[in-house]
Amino acid sequence: MITKRIIPCLDVKDGRVVKGVSFVGLRDAGDPVELASLYDQTGADELVFLDISASHEGRKTMIDVVRLAASKLTIPFTVGGGIRSVEDMTKILRAGADKVSLNTAAVLNPELIQEGARRFGAQCIVVAIDAKYDAKEDIWFVYTHGGRERTDWNVLDWAKHVVELGAGEILLTSMDQDGQKNGFDLSLVRAVSDAVTVPVIASGGAGSAEDFVEVFTKTKTSAALAASIFHYEEVDIMEVKALLRERGEEVRWISTR
Amino acid sequence: MIAIIDYGMGNLFSLSQALQRLDHEYVITDDMDTIQQADKLILPGVGAFGDAMEELSKRKLTNLIVEEAIQGKPLLGICLGMQLLFTSSDEHGYYSGLNLLSGQVEKLNMDLPIPHMGWNWLSFRHPHPLFRSLEEGHVYFVHSYHVKATNSEDVIATTDYSEDITAIVARKNVIGMQFHPEKSGQLGMQLLHQFAEGRI
Repeated sequence: MITKRIIPCLDVKDGRVVKGVSFVGLRDAGDPVELASLYDQTGADELVFLDISASHEGRKTMIDVVRLAASKLTIPFTVGGGIRSVEDMTKILRAGADKVSLNTAAVLNPELIQEGARRFGAQCIVVAIDAKYDAKEDIWFVYTHGGRERTDWNVLDWAKHVVELGAGEILLTSMDQDGQKNGFDLSLVRAVSDAVTVPVIASGGAGSAEDFVEVFTKTKTSAALAASIFHYEEVDIMEVKALLRERGEEVRWISTR
Repeated sequence: MIAIIDYGMGNLFSLSQALQRLDHEYVITDDMDTIQQADKLILPGVGAFGDAMEELSKRKLTNLIVEEAIQGKPLLGICLGMQLLFTSSDEHGYYSGLNLLSGQVEKLNMDLPIPHMGWNWLSFRHPHPLFRSLEEGHVYFVHSYHVKATNSEDVIATTDYSEDITAIVARKNVIGMQFHPEKSGQLGMQLLHQFAEGRI
């Protein structure tokens, strides 16, 4: 059966990895391609690069990063952040990314999902959803602009809608859990992965290998993503996989150095 | 020299870089002469079946690929490229394929997420000279349609996604891989290398 995917996420600004990385053995801890290659060799199933550059130059630099990553990596990778048009998608995919991830632009302009899926195939189009719970209304709302703006969209409705438009995968981030390191938002991940027919990547809250076991055994999520716990070597990818395997989940096993 | 056939369906950069890392000479081309002169052909592809056949025929490549394959030139179809090797597909209508292998392309239909996306185990079903030395392992799939081959002996490897999914097909010099070898870690690189290096 298909394996559960473990996906490290790299935040990249102006061509450099941000959110400090403390890997032993990296010549240049800020080099996204070197870090990505390390993850490739140490068991990552896939990678996500999130471009948080604010400037035009920064975004251009990202294209170079993507091209270099595509020439080095033996696993698939997704690029998100600041993609606003089919032209932006074309540039990133031509540079060698396997998928593009749309967030704010998808909410502002849902046709972009449709257009992208038609041009490049649904499997290339990931819709990233930033979700935050509203206790009063008992609803998760979709947020945009890096979590700064709340929309009127209920996360479950939006997730179903983007799949209808042609999204091939959903990258679901819990804003409530993000950075908390006390586990994924199981009820959110369960609700969304039950509601849609495409694979879901759970994100936000991973603090230990046990958290991955929990999200995979208690929800239908296909993949789980984390950033800092991998970057700071608090949790090792193969350690996560070993624990998953012990609990009866299928994972891709590789022998690391 | 391996010709990677460029017909506007998907990104060929990762595939070309994988061949480069393996030290195999390649050219990305839609030129008929170059394709004729190449030692081996790779037909990649991402997108819809009908569009792909149309793009091939626009470039007058349909017959050329079929002729080259019939004359014995090794041909590797990857992902949609593998599906195109077969008789027909019902993706958004009915479309004829290259018909180098006999079988239909159908939509995946199971109570699991679709696309079938991620790493899945490659189980060898029939021995094939190219892949004899390889151990089974995980490779990266991403597809919503799959091949139902008419001749079970053409199916070299399958993967399990609540049912057996055709993963590698081969008949003489015509090979297909539903997964992406260029995105499938070390095993993927070995599979590509075997095609590029092997005699068939």
